[in-house]
Amino acid sequence: MRAFLHGLPGVDQVGADQRAAMLATRSIKTTAKRQAIDLAVSMVDLTTLEGADTPGKVRALCVKARHPDVAQPDVPRVAAVCVYPDLVAEAVTALRGSGVKVASVATAFPSGRATLDVKVADTVHAVAEGADEIDMVIDRGAFLSGRYGKVHDEIVAVKAACGDAHLKVILETGELATYDNVRRASWLSMLAGADFIKTSTGKVSPASTLPVTLIMLEAVRDFAAATGRKVGVKSAGGIRTAKDAIKYLVLVNETAGPDWLDPGLYRLGASSLLNDLLMQRQKMATGHYAGPDYFTLD
Amino acid sequence: MSERLAVRKTYKLFIGGAFPRSESGRSYVVTSAKGDFIANAARASRKDARDAVVAARKAFGRWSGATPYNRGQILYRIAEMLEGRRSEFADEFEGTVRRTRGKDGKDAAKRASDEVDAAIDRLVWYAGWSDKIAAVHGSANPIAGPYFNFSQPEPAGVVAVLGPTSLLGLISTVAPVVVTGNTCVVVCERAPLAAITLAEVLAVSDLPGGVVNILTGHLAELAPWLASHMDVNGIDLTGADERLAAECEVAAAGNLKRVLRPGQDDWSADPGVGRMTAFLETKTVWHPIGV
Repeated sequence: MRAFLHGLPGVDQVGADQRAAMLATRSIKTTAKRQAIDLAVSMVDLTTLEGADTPGKVRALCVKARHPDVAQPDVPRVAAVCVYPDLVAEAVTALRGSGVKVASVATAFPSGRATLDVKVADTVHAVAEGADEIDMVIDRGAFLSGRYGKVHDEIVAVKAACGDAHLKVILETGELATYDNVRRASWLSMLAGADFIKTSTGKVSPASTLPVTLIMLEAVRDFAAATGRKVGVKSAGGIRTAKDAIKYLVLVNETAGPDWLDPGLYRLGASSLLNDLLMQRQKMATGHYAGPDYFTLD
Repeated sequence: MSERLAVRKTYKLFIGGAFPRSESGRSYVVTSAKGDFIANAARASRKDARDAVVAARKAFGRWSGATPYNRGQILYRIAEMLEGRRSEFADEFEGTVRRTRGKDGKDAAKRASDEVDAAIDRLVWYAGWSDKIAAVHGSANPIAGPYFNFSQPEPAGVVAVLGPTSLLGLISTVAPVVVTGNTCVVVCERAPLAAITLAEVLAVSDLPGGVVNILTGHLAELAPWLASHMDVNGIDLTGADERLAAECEVAAAGNLKRVLRPGQDDWSADPGVGRMTAFLETKTVWHPIGV
Protein backbone atom coordinates (compact mmCIF):
# COMPACT_ATOMS: atom_id res chain seq x y z
CA MET A 1 0.00 0.00 0.00
CA ARG A 2 2.73 2.42 1.00
CA ALA A 3 4.74 1.62 -2.11
CA PHE A 4 1.71 2.17 -4.31
CA LEU A 5 0.64 5.45 -2.69
CA HIS A 6 4.14 6.86 -2.71
CA GLY A 7 4.53 5.68 -6.28
CA LEU A 8 1.71 7.95 -7.43
CA PRO A 9 3.06 10.86 -9.47
CA GLY A 10 3.58 13.98 -7.38
CA VAL A 11 1.18 16.89 -7.78
CA ASP A 12 2.53 19.99 -9.49
CA GLN A 13 1.31 22.44 -6.87
CA VAL A 14 1.76 25.62 -8.88
CA GLY A 15 0.23 23.95 -11.93
CA ALA A 16 -2.81 22.75 -9.98
CA ASP A 17 -3.39 26.17 -8.47
CA GLN A 18 -3.04 27.85 -11.85
CA ARG A 19 -5.29 25.40 -13.67
CA ALA A 20 -7.99 25.79 -11.02
CA ALA A 21 -7.66 29.57 -11.16
CA MET A 22 -7.78 29.54 -14.95
CA LEU A 23 -10.92 27.40 -15.06
CA ALA A 24 -12.51 29.67 -12.45
CA THR A 25 -12.42 32.53 -14.94
CA ARG A 26 -14.79 30.82 -17.37
CA SER A 27 -17.76 33.03 -18.04
CA ILE A 28 -21.07 31.18 -17.66
CA LYS A 29 -24.00 33.36 -18.66
CA THR A 30 -27.70 33.35 -19.58
CA THR A 31 -29.07 29.94 -20.56
CA ALA A 32 -25.95 28.08 -19.49
CA LYS A 33 -26.03 29.88 -16.16
CA ARG A 34 -29.66 28.96 -15.63
CA GLN A 35 -28.88 25.31 -16.33
CA ALA A 36 -25.82 25.44 -14.08
CA ILE A 37 -27.86 26.90 -11.21
CA ASP A 38 -30.53 24.21 -11.48
CA LEU A 39 -27.88 21.52 -11.74
CA ALA A 40 -26.11 22.92 -8.68
CA VAL A 41 -29.38 22.97 -6.72
CA SER A 42 -29.97 19.32 -7.60
CA MET A 43 -26.46 18.48 -6.36
CA VAL A 44 -26.73 20.21 -2.99
CA ASP A 45 -26.41 18.14 0.15
CA LEU A 46 -28.36 20.45 2.42
CA THR A 47 -26.41 20.23 5.63
CA THR A 48 -26.95 21.04 9.26
CA LEU A 49 -24.19 19.85 11.56
CA GLU A 50 -24.42 21.99 14.66
CA GLY A 51 -24.39 21.00 18.29
CA ALA A 52 -27.59 23.03 18.60
CA ASP A 53 -29.53 21.05 15.96
CA THR A 54 -33.07 20.18 16.99
CA PRO A 55 -35.65 17.85 15.43
CA GLY A 56 -37.63 20.96 14.49
CA LYS A 57 -34.70 22.45 12.62
CA VAL A 58 -34.17 19.19 10.75
CA ARG A 59 -37.86 19.04 9.79
CA ALA A 60 -37.69 22.63 8.52
CA LEU A 61 -34.60 21.78 6.50
CA CYS A 62 -36.33 18.74 5.02
CA VAL A 63 -39.26 20.87 3.88
CA LYS A 64 -36.76 23.17 2.21
CA ALA A 65 -35.03 20.18 0.61
CA ARG A 66 -38.29 19.04 -0.98
CA HIS A 67 -39.33 22.51 -2.13
CA PRO A 68 -36.33 24.86 -2.04
CA ASP A 69 -38.42 27.91 -2.85
CA VAL A 70 -42.21 28.14 -2.71
CA ALA A 71 -42.12 31.16 -5.01
CA GLN A 72 -40.33 29.13 -7.71
CA PRO A 73 -42.13 25.78 -7.92
CA ASP A 74 -39.98 24.62 -10.84
CA VAL A 75 -36.80 24.52 -8.76
CA PRO A 76 -35.46 20.96 -8.62
CA ARG A 77 -35.25 19.32 -5.22
CA VAL A 78 -31.85 18.97 -3.62
CA ALA A 79 -29.88 15.71 -3.63
CA ALA A 80 -29.82 14.95 0.07
CA VAL A 81 -30.14 16.24 3.59
CA CYS A 82 -27.08 15.71 5.78
CA VAL A 83 -27.49 15.44 9.55
CA TYR A 84 -25.97 13.88 12.66
CA PRO A 85 -26.85 10.19 13.28
CA ASP A 86 -29.31 10.83 16.12
CA LEU A 87 -31.45 13.01 13.84
CA VAL A 88 -31.53 10.57 10.91
CA ALA A 89 -34.91 9.11 11.92
CA GLU A 90 -36.43 12.59 11.97
CA ALA A 91 -35.11 13.34 8.48
CA VAL A 92 -36.20 9.95 7.10
CA THR A 93 -39.76 10.57 8.29
CA ALA A 94 -39.83 14.09 6.90
CA LEU A 95 -38.43 13.08 3.50
CA ARG A 96 -40.34 9.85 2.90
CA GLY A 97 -41.49 9.60 -0.70
CA SER A 98 -39.73 12.77 -1.82
CA GLY A 99 -36.71 11.15 -3.48
CA VAL A 100 -34.38 13.28 -1.38
CA LYS A 101 -31.73 11.07 0.20
CA VAL A 102 -30.81 11.16 3.86
CA ALA A 103 -27.10 11.38 4.54
CA SER A 104 -25.62 11.01 7.97
CA VAL A 105 -22.16 11.80 9.21
CA ALA A 106 -20.73 8.99 11.31
CA THR A 107 -17.49 7.60 12.79
CA ALA A 108 -17.00 10.24 15.49
CA PHE A 109 -17.45 13.17 13.10
CA PRO A 110 -15.69 15.59 12.76
CA SER A 111 -12.46 14.51 14.48
CA GLY A 112 -12.64 10.77 13.89
CA ARG A 113 -10.89 10.23 17.20
CA ALA A 114 -12.60 7.08 18.45
CA THR A 115 -11.91 3.36 18.42
CA LEU A 116 -12.97 1.32 15.44
CA ASP A 117 -15.74 -0.39 17.46
CA VAL A 118 -17.32 2.96 18.24
CA LYS A 119 -17.02 4.08 14.63
CA VAL A 120 -18.64 0.92 13.32
CA ALA A 121 -21.39 1.09 15.94
CA ASP A 122 -22.03 4.74 14.98
CA THR A 123 -22.37 3.69 11.33
CA VAL A 124 -24.58 0.68 12.04
CA HIS A 125 -26.88 2.90 14.09
CA ALA A 126 -27.22 5.52 11.34
CA VAL A 127 -27.90 2.87 8.69
CA ALA A 128 -30.47 1.15 10.92
CA GLU A 129 -32.25 4.47 11.37
CA GLY A 130 -32.62 4.66 7.60
CA ALA A 131 -29.69 6.71 6.30
CA ASP A 132 -29.09 6.26 2.56
CA GLU A 133 -25.60 7.71 2.66
CA ILE A 134 -22.89 7.69 5.30
CA ASP A 135 -20.25 10.44 5.47
CA MET A 136 -17.27 9.02 7.37
CA VAL A 137 -14.04 10.78 8.31
CA ILE A 138 -10.65 9.17 7.89
CA ASP A 139 -8.20 8.98 10.77
CA ARG A 140 -5.95 11.88 9.75
CA GLY A 141 -3.56 11.17 12.59
CA ALA A 142 -2.93 7.67 11.26
CA PHE A 143 -2.71 8.91 7.69
CA LEU A 144 -0.20 11.64 8.47
CA SER A 145 1.98 9.29 10.52
CA GLY A 146 2.09 6.90 7.57
CA ARG A 147 -0.13 4.12 8.95
CA TYR A 148 -2.02 3.79 5.68
CA GLY A 149 -3.07 0.22 6.48
CA LYS A 150 -5.01 1.37 9.51
CA VAL A 151 -6.85 4.04 7.51
CA HIS A 152 -7.59 1.51 4.77
CA ASP A 153 -8.88 -1.13 7.17
CA GLU A 154 -11.14 1.34 8.94
CA ILE A 155 -12.73 2.38 5.65
CA VAL A 156 -13.22 -1.28 4.72
CA ALA A 157 -14.83 -2.01 8.09
CA VAL A 158 -17.15 1.00 7.88
CA LYS A 159 -18.02 0.13 4.28
CA ALA A 160 -19.01 -3.34 5.44
CA ALA A 161 -21.17 -1.81 8.18
CA CYS A 162 -22.88 0.42 5.62
CA GLY A 163 -24.56 -2.42 3.77
CA ASP A 164 -26.51 -0.87 0.89
CA ALA A 165 -25.88 2.69 2.03
CA HIS A 166 -23.44 4.75 -0.03
CA LEU A 167 -20.19 5.56 1.70
CA LYS A 168 -18.65 9.01 1.38
CA VAL A 169 -15.14 9.27 2.76
CA ILE A 170 -14.13 12.67 4.11
CA LEU A 171 -10.42 13.34 3.59
CA GLU A 172 -10.40 16.63 5.53
CA THR A 173 -7.93 18.13 3.08
CA GLY A 174 -7.39 21.17 5.30
CA GLU A 175 -5.44 18.88 7.65
CA LEU A 176 -3.56 16.86 5.04
CA ALA A 177 -0.93 19.57 4.51
CA THR A 178 0.09 18.78 0.91
CA TYR A 179 -1.57 18.13 -2.43
CA ASP A 180 0.42 14.90 -2.68
CA ASN A 181 -1.32 13.73 0.48
CA VAL A 182 -4.70 14.65 -1.01
CA ARG A 183 -3.94 12.50 -4.05
CA ARG A 184 -2.76 9.59 -1.87
CA ALA A 185 -5.75 9.83 0.46
CA SER A 186 -8.09 9.88 -2.55
CA TRP A 187 -6.60 6.71 -4.00
CA LEU A 188 -6.47 5.05 -0.61
CA SER A 189 -10.17 5.73 -0.02
CA MET A 190 -11.21 4.55 -3.47
CA LEU A 191 -9.17 1.36 -3.16
CA ALA A 192 -10.82 0.71 0.20
CA GLY A 193 -14.25 0.88 -1.43
CA ALA A 194 -15.48 4.47 -1.07
CA ASP A 195 -18.47 5.40 -3.25
CA PHE A 196 -17.66 9.08 -2.87
CA ILE A 197 -14.64 11.02 -1.71
CA LYS A 198 -15.40 14.27 0.07
CA THR A 199 -13.11 17.22 0.68
CA SER A 200 -13.89 18.38 4.17
CA THR A 201 -16.04 18.26 7.25
CA GLY A 202 -16.66 22.00 7.08
CA LYS A 203 -15.34 22.28 10.63
CA VAL A 204 -11.73 22.96 9.64
CA SER A 205 -10.41 25.94 7.72
CA PRO A 206 -9.46 25.89 4.89
CA ALA A 207 -12.37 23.67 3.85
CA SER A 208 -13.04 22.90 0.19
CA THR A 209 -10.84 24.73 -2.31
CA LEU A 210 -10.80 24.57 -6.08
CA PRO A 211 -7.27 23.08 -6.44
CA VAL A 212 -8.01 20.33 -3.91
CA THR A 213 -11.22 19.45 -5.71
CA LEU A 214 -9.26 19.44 -8.97
CA ILE A 215 -6.80 16.88 -7.59
CA MET A 216 -9.61 14.68 -6.28
CA LEU A 217 -11.43 14.87 -9.61
CA GLU A 218 -8.24 13.83 -11.39
CA ALA A 219 -7.97 10.92 -8.98
CA VAL A 220 -11.52 9.66 -9.65
CA ARG A 221 -10.98 10.08 -13.40
CA ASP A 222 -7.76 8.05 -13.30
CA PHE A 223 -9.34 5.50 -10.98
CA ALA A 224 -12.27 5.06 -13.39
CA ALA A 225 -9.83 4.64 -16.28
CA ALA A 226 -7.87 2.03 -14.33
CA THR A 227 -10.70 0.01 -12.79
CA GLY A 228 -13.89 1.02 -14.60
CA ARG A 229 -15.57 2.00 -11.33
CA LYS A 230 -16.83 5.59 -11.11
CA VAL A 231 -16.38 7.19 -7.74
CA GLY A 232 -18.16 10.43 -6.89
CA VAL A 233 -16.71 13.63 -5.44
CA LYS A 234 -18.28 15.94 -2.89
CA SER A 235 -16.96 19.43 -2.20
CA ALA A 236 -18.07 20.66 1.18
CA GLY A 237 -17.45 23.70 3.28
CA GLY A 238 -16.91 27.32 2.32
CA ILE A 239 -19.00 27.26 -0.88
CA ARG A 240 -21.44 30.08 -0.26
CA THR A 241 -22.25 31.76 -3.56
CA ALA A 242 -23.73 30.64 -6.84
CA LYS A 243 -20.62 31.99 -8.53
CA ASP A 244 -18.42 29.64 -6.48
CA ALA A 245 -20.71 26.69 -7.19
CA ILE A 246 -20.53 27.32 -10.93
CA LYS A 247 -16.73 27.42 -10.74
CA TYR A 248 -16.82 23.95 -9.19
CA LEU A 249 -19.15 22.69 -11.93
CA VAL A 250 -16.75 23.97 -14.60
CA LEU A 251 -13.94 22.17 -12.82
CA VAL A 252 -15.93 18.93 -12.74
CA ASN A 253 -16.78 19.14 -16.41
CA GLU A 254 -13.23 19.93 -17.48
CA THR A 255 -11.49 17.44 -15.21
CA ALA A 256 -13.58 14.34 -14.64
CA GLY A 257 -15.85 14.94 -17.61
CA PRO A 258 -19.56 15.50 -18.22
CA ASP A 259 -20.46 12.10 -16.73
CA TRP A 260 -19.73 13.56 -13.33
CA LEU A 261 -22.18 16.46 -13.85
CA ASP A 262 -24.80 14.37 -12.12
CA PRO A 263 -26.03 14.31 -8.51
CA GLY A 264 -25.05 10.64 -8.46
CA LEU A 265 -21.38 11.49 -8.97
CA TYR A 266 -20.89 15.04 -7.76
CA ARG A 267 -22.30 16.81 -4.72
CA LEU A 268 -21.96 20.19 -3.09
CA GLY A 269 -22.15 20.09 0.68
CA ALA A 270 -23.57 23.40 1.82
CA SER A 271 -26.24 25.21 3.73
CA SER A 272 -26.11 28.92 2.88
CA LEU A 273 -25.26 28.18 -0.77
CA LEU A 274 -28.82 27.10 -1.57
CA ASN A 275 -30.28 30.53 -0.77
CA ASP A 276 -27.75 32.25 -2.99
CA LEU A 277 -28.52 29.86 -5.84
CA LEU A 278 -32.22 30.61 -5.40
CA MET A 279 -31.54 34.34 -5.33
CA GLN A 280 -29.55 34.14 -8.56
CA ARG A 281 -32.29 32.04 -10.10
CA GLN A 282 -34.91 34.59 -9.15
CA LYS A 283 -32.75 37.41 -10.48
CA MET A 284 -32.61 35.62 -13.84
CA ALA A 285 -36.36 35.04 -13.82
CA THR A 286 -37.48 38.53 -12.80
CA GLY A 287 -34.62 40.71 -14.04
CA HIS A 288 -34.30 42.34 -10.61
CA TYR A 289 -31.68 41.67 -7.97
CA ALA A 290 -33.17 39.51 -5.24
CA GLY A 291 -32.89 40.16 -1.51
CA PRO A 292 -32.29 37.64 1.28
CA ASP A 293 -35.39 38.88 3.12
CA TYR A 294 -37.50 36.88 0.71
CA PHE A 295 -35.90 33.50 1.41
CA THR A 296 -36.03 31.23 4.41
CA LEU A 297 -33.54 31.57 7.21
CA ASP A 298 -31.92 28.32 8.21
CA MET B 1 17.72 68.32 -12.82
CA SER B 2 14.74 67.32 -14.88
CA GLU B 3 11.37 68.98 -14.48
CA ARG B 4 9.13 67.24 -11.95
CA LEU B 5 6.20 65.24 -13.30
CA ALA B 6 2.85 65.88 -11.66
CA VAL B 7 1.35 62.90 -9.83
CA ARG B 8 -2.32 62.95 -10.79
CA LYS B 9 -5.05 61.36 -8.75
CA THR B 10 -6.96 58.38 -10.13
CA TYR B 11 -10.61 58.86 -9.27
CA LYS B 12 -12.05 55.50 -8.30
CA LEU B 13 -15.18 54.06 -6.74
CA PHE B 14 -15.66 53.64 -2.99
CA ILE B 15 -17.17 50.26 -2.08
CA GLY B 16 -17.00 48.60 1.33
CA GLY B 17 -14.27 50.95 2.52
CA ALA B 18 -12.00 50.16 -0.44
CA PHE B 19 -11.31 52.08 -3.62
CA PRO B 20 -11.78 49.67 -6.55
CA ARG B 21 -11.94 50.58 -10.20
CA SER B 22 -15.15 49.68 -11.96
CA GLU B 23 -15.56 45.93 -12.49
CA SER B 24 -16.31 46.80 -16.12
CA GLY B 25 -13.03 48.68 -16.57
CA ARG B 26 -14.89 51.63 -18.05
CA SER B 27 -14.35 55.29 -17.35
CA TYR B 28 -15.79 58.60 -18.50
CA VAL B 29 -14.41 62.07 -18.91
CA VAL B 30 -15.24 64.76 -16.41
CA THR B 31 -15.06 68.27 -17.80
CA SER B 32 -15.26 71.69 -16.25
CA ALA B 33 -18.25 73.93 -16.85
CA LYS B 34 -16.27 75.49 -19.67
CA GLY B 35 -15.74 72.11 -21.27
CA ASP B 36 -12.09 71.60 -20.35
CA PHE B 37 -10.87 68.15 -19.43
CA ILE B 38 -10.51 67.72 -15.65
CA ALA B 39 -10.18 64.01 -15.03
CA ASN B 40 -11.32 60.51 -15.92
CA ALA B 41 -13.78 59.02 -13.45
CA ALA B 42 -14.64 55.33 -13.13
CA ARG B 43 -17.95 54.48 -14.82
CA ALA B 44 -19.64 52.00 -12.52
CA SER B 45 -21.63 49.09 -13.94
CA ARG B 46 -24.68 47.41 -12.49
CA LYS B 47 -22.41 44.80 -10.96
CA ASP B 48 -20.55 47.49 -9.07
CA ALA B 49 -23.94 48.68 -7.84
CA ARG B 50 -24.77 45.11 -6.78
CA ASP B 51 -21.45 44.80 -4.93
CA ALA B 52 -22.04 48.14 -3.24
CA VAL B 53 -25.45 46.98 -2.01
CA VAL B 54 -23.87 43.80 -0.61
CA ALA B 55 -21.25 45.92 1.18
CA ALA B 56 -23.91 48.27 2.52
CA ARG B 57 -26.02 45.37 3.77
CA LYS B 58 -23.02 43.83 5.46
CA ALA B 59 -22.25 47.11 7.23
CA PHE B 60 -25.84 47.70 8.30
CA GLY B 61 -25.89 45.47 11.39
CA ARG B 62 -22.92 47.09 13.02
CA TRP B 63 -23.81 50.65 12.03
CA SER B 64 -27.46 50.48 13.02
CA GLY B 65 -26.44 48.70 16.23
CA ALA B 66 -23.94 51.39 17.20
CA THR B 67 -25.17 53.85 19.79
CA PRO B 68 -26.58 57.08 18.34
CA TYR B 69 -23.98 58.94 20.37
CA ASN B 70 -21.22 56.97 18.64
CA ARG B 71 -22.71 57.66 15.20
CA GLY B 72 -22.85 61.36 16.03
CA GLN B 73 -19.21 61.33 17.08
CA ILE B 74 -18.20 59.66 13.84
CA LEU B 75 -20.13 62.20 11.76
CA TYR B 76 -18.45 64.93 13.72
CA ARG B 77 -15.13 63.26 12.98
CA ILE B 78 -15.95 63.44 9.26
CA ALA B 79 -16.48 67.18 9.68
CA GLU B 80 -13.07 67.45 11.32
CA MET B 81 -11.47 65.61 8.41
CA LEU B 82 -13.31 67.81 5.89
CA GLU B 83 -12.01 70.86 7.67
CA GLY B 84 -8.46 69.65 7.08
CA ARG B 85 -9.00 69.30 3.34
CA ARG B 86 -10.97 72.47 2.69
CA SER B 87 -8.58 73.74 0.07
CA GLU B 88 -8.83 70.59 -2.03
CA PHE B 89 -12.64 70.73 -2.01
CA ALA B 90 -12.60 74.44 -2.74
CA ASP B 91 -10.28 73.92 -5.72
CA GLU B 92 -12.48 71.17 -7.12
CA PHE B 93 -15.57 73.33 -6.65
CA GLU B 94 -13.92 76.25 -8.40
CA GLY B 95 -13.15 74.01 -11.35
CA THR B 96 -16.84 73.29 -11.86
CA VAL B 97 -18.19 76.85 -11.86
CA ARG B 98 -18.76 78.66 -15.10
CA ARG B 99 -18.55 82.31 -14.20
CA THR B 100 -15.64 83.79 -12.36
CA ARG B 101 -18.02 86.19 -10.64
CA GLY B 102 -21.47 85.09 -9.54
CA LYS B 103 -24.74 87.02 -9.47
CA ASP B 104 -24.12 87.86 -5.85
CA GLY B 105 -20.90 89.57 -6.76
CA LYS B 106 -18.67 87.02 -5.03
CA ASP B 107 -15.75 85.63 -6.98
CA ALA B 108 -15.38 81.91 -7.56
CA ALA B 109 -12.80 81.37 -4.83
CA LYS B 110 -15.02 83.01 -2.24
CA ARG B 111 -18.04 81.03 -3.34
CA ALA B 112 -16.03 77.81 -3.21
CA SER B 113 -14.87 78.40 0.32
CA ASP B 114 -18.40 79.40 1.39
CA GLU B 115 -19.69 76.14 -0.07
CA VAL B 116 -17.17 74.06 1.87
CA ASP B 117 -17.95 75.99 5.07
CA ALA B 118 -21.63 75.36 4.60
CA ALA B 119 -21.03 71.63 3.98
CA ILE B 120 -18.98 71.25 7.16
CA ASP B 121 -21.56 73.16 9.18
CA ARG B 122 -24.33 70.99 7.74
CA LEU B 123 -22.49 67.84 8.76
CA VAL B 124 -22.03 69.10 12.30
CA TRP B 125 -25.70 70.04 12.38
CA TYR B 126 -26.74 66.50 11.38
CA ALA B 127 -24.20 64.94 13.76
CA GLY B 128 -26.00 66.68 16.59
CA TRP B 129 -29.26 65.07 15.55
CA SER B 130 -27.99 61.52 16.07
CA ASP B 131 -29.13 61.15 19.68
CA LYS B 132 -32.04 63.57 19.44
CA ILE B 133 -34.06 62.23 16.53
CA ALA B 134 -35.56 59.47 18.70
CA ALA B 135 -36.74 62.04 21.23
CA VAL B 136 -38.28 64.25 18.57
CA HIS B 137 -39.64 61.59 16.23
CA GLY B 138 -40.53 58.94 18.84
CA SER B 139 -43.34 59.21 21.34
CA ALA B 140 -45.02 57.72 24.38
CA ASN B 141 -48.55 57.02 23.16
CA PRO B 142 -51.69 57.43 25.27
CA ILE B 143 -53.77 54.24 24.97
CA ALA B 144 -56.77 52.74 26.74
CA GLY B 145 -55.38 49.67 28.45
CA PRO B 146 -52.85 48.47 30.99
CA TYR B 147 -49.87 49.03 28.72
CA PHE B 148 -47.05 51.48 28.37
CA ASN B 149 -47.11 52.11 24.66
CA PHE B 150 -44.22 53.83 22.96
CA SER B 151 -42.95 54.35 19.44
CA GLN B 152 -39.39 54.82 18.38
CA PRO B 153 -37.75 55.38 15.01
CA GLU B 154 -35.55 52.68 13.51
CA PRO B 155 -33.37 52.85 10.39
CA ALA B 156 -34.96 51.45 7.23
CA GLY B 157 -31.86 49.58 6.02
CA VAL B 158 -29.89 50.12 2.83
CA VAL B 159 -30.74 53.35 1.03
CA ALA B 160 -29.77 54.23 -2.54
CA VAL B 161 -29.02 57.91 -3.01
CA LEU B 162 -29.01 59.40 -6.49
CA GLY B 163 -26.74 62.19 -5.43
CA PRO B 164 -26.68 65.85 -6.32
CA THR B 165 -23.35 67.12 -7.59
CA SER B 166 -22.23 69.76 -5.13
CA LEU B 167 -20.40 68.94 -1.92
CA LEU B 168 -23.08 70.71 0.12
CA GLY B 169 -25.77 68.76 -1.71
CA LEU B 170 -23.95 65.50 -1.12
CA ILE B 171 -23.52 66.12 2.59
CA SER B 172 -27.13 67.24 2.81
CA THR B 173 -28.36 63.97 1.29
CA VAL B 174 -25.90 61.44 2.74
CA ALA B 175 -25.66 62.72 6.34
CA PRO B 176 -29.40 62.49 7.12
CA VAL B 177 -29.46 58.94 5.73
CA VAL B 178 -26.55 57.57 7.74
CA VAL B 179 -26.96 59.56 10.96
CA THR B 180 -30.04 57.53 11.89
CA GLY B 181 -28.29 54.19 11.27
CA ASN B 182 -28.99 53.47 7.60
CA THR B 183 -26.22 52.53 5.22
CA CYS B 184 -26.21 53.88 1.69
CA VAL B 185 -25.07 53.55 -1.89
CA VAL B 186 -24.56 56.94 -3.51
CA VAL B 187 -24.48 57.37 -7.27
CA CYS B 188 -23.06 60.57 -8.76
CA GLU B 189 -22.91 61.39 -12.44
CA ARG B 190 -22.05 64.99 -13.25
CA ALA B 191 -19.04 66.59 -11.55
CA PRO B 192 -18.39 63.49 -9.41
CA LEU B 193 -14.99 64.58 -8.18
CA ALA B 194 -16.32 66.11 -4.96
CA ALA B 195 -17.99 62.76 -4.22
CA ILE B 196 -14.77 60.79 -4.66
CA THR B 197 -12.74 63.26 -2.64
CA LEU B 198 -15.45 62.99 0.01
CA ALA B 199 -14.95 59.21 -0.08
CA GLU B 200 -11.28 59.75 0.74
CA VAL B 201 -12.39 61.76 3.76
CA LEU B 202 -14.88 59.07 4.82
CA ALA B 203 -12.22 56.39 4.54
CA VAL B 204 -10.18 58.03 7.29
CA SER B 205 -13.02 59.12 9.57
CA ASP B 206 -13.71 56.03 11.72
CA LEU B 207 -16.74 55.39 9.53
CA PRO B 208 -16.98 51.57 9.20
CA GLY B 209 -16.35 50.39 5.63
CA GLY B 210 -19.57 49.90 3.66
CA VAL B 211 -21.70 52.44 5.54
CA VAL B 212 -21.31 54.89 2.68
CA ASN B 213 -20.48 53.51 -0.77
CA ILE B 214 -19.94 55.93 -3.61
CA LEU B 215 -20.29 55.08 -7.29
CA THR B 216 -19.58 57.39 -10.18
CA GLY B 217 -21.28 56.64 -13.46
CA HIS B 218 -24.41 57.19 -15.47
CA LEU B 219 -27.52 57.58 -13.34
CA ALA B 220 -29.80 56.31 -16.09
CA GLU B 221 -27.76 53.11 -16.25
CA LEU B 222 -27.47 52.40 -12.53
CA ALA B 223 -30.57 53.88 -10.92
CA PRO B 224 -33.15 51.39 -12.28
CA TRP B 225 -31.10 48.44 -10.93
CA LEU B 226 -30.95 50.01 -7.49
CA ALA B 227 -34.61 50.98 -7.63
CA SER B 228 -35.72 47.43 -8.39
CA HIS B 229 -33.17 45.75 -6.07
CA MET B 230 -35.06 43.71 -3.51
CA ASP B 231 -32.37 44.22 -0.87
CA VAL B 232 -32.54 48.02 -0.99
CA ASN B 233 -35.01 49.53 1.45
CA GLY B 234 -35.16 53.13 0.35
CA ILE B 235 -34.22 55.38 -2.52
CA ASP B 236 -33.55 59.09 -2.59
CA LEU B 237 -34.21 60.37 -6.12
CA THR B 238 -32.71 63.84 -5.57
CA GLY B 239 -30.22 63.69 -8.42
CA ALA B 240 -32.60 62.13 -10.97
CA ASP B 241 -34.41 64.04 -13.67
CA GLU B 242 -38.19 63.79 -13.88
CA ARG B 243 -38.34 60.89 -16.31
CA LEU B 244 -35.78 58.78 -14.48
CA ALA B 245 -37.43 59.56 -11.15
CA ALA B 246 -40.79 58.36 -12.46
CA GLU B 247 -39.24 55.15 -13.81
CA CYS B 248 -37.44 54.51 -10.53
CA GLU B 249 -40.57 55.11 -8.50
CA VAL B 250 -42.39 52.39 -10.41
CA ALA B 251 -39.49 49.97 -9.98
CA ALA B 252 -39.20 50.85 -6.28
CA ALA B 253 -42.78 49.76 -5.68
CA GLY B 254 -41.67 46.12 -6.12
CA ASN B 255 -40.53 45.81 -2.52
CA LEU B 256 -42.28 48.91 -1.18
CA LYS B 257 -39.16 51.01 -0.87
CA ARG B 258 -39.29 54.31 0.90
CA VAL B 259 -38.97 56.87 -1.88
CA LEU B 260 -37.87 60.46 -1.52
CA ARG B 261 -38.90 62.32 -4.67
CA PRO B 262 -36.76 65.08 -6.11
CA GLY B 263 -37.87 68.53 -5.05
CA GLN B 264 -36.65 72.04 -5.57
CA ASP B 265 -33.76 71.66 -3.18
CA ASP B 266 -32.14 74.83 -1.97
CA TRP B 267 -29.18 73.44 -0.08
CA SER B 268 -28.47 76.70 1.68
CA ALA B 269 -31.88 76.73 3.34
CA ASP B 270 -32.61 75.20 6.76
CA PRO B 271 -32.95 71.47 5.95
CA GLY B 272 -35.39 70.43 8.67
CA VAL B 273 -35.80 66.81 9.73
CA GLY B 274 -37.66 65.65 6.60
CA ARG B 275 -34.67 63.95 5.02
CA MET B 276 -33.96 62.01 8.19
CA THR B 277 -37.52 60.85 8.78
CA ALA B 278 -37.92 59.80 5.13
CA PHE B 279 -35.76 56.74 5.80
CA LEU B 280 -36.97 55.78 9.23
CA GLU B 281 -39.43 53.12 10.23
CA THR B 282 -41.41 53.34 13.42
CA LYS B 283 -41.40 50.54 15.94
CA THR B 284 -44.22 50.58 18.47
CA VAL B 285 -43.95 48.54 21.66
CA TRP B 286 -46.81 47.54 23.94
CA HIS B 287 -45.33 46.91 27.35
CA PRO B 288 -47.70 45.45 29.97
CA ILE B 289 -47.96 47.39 33.23
CA GLY B 290 -49.85 46.89 36.46
CA VAL B 291 -49.85 43.08 36.39
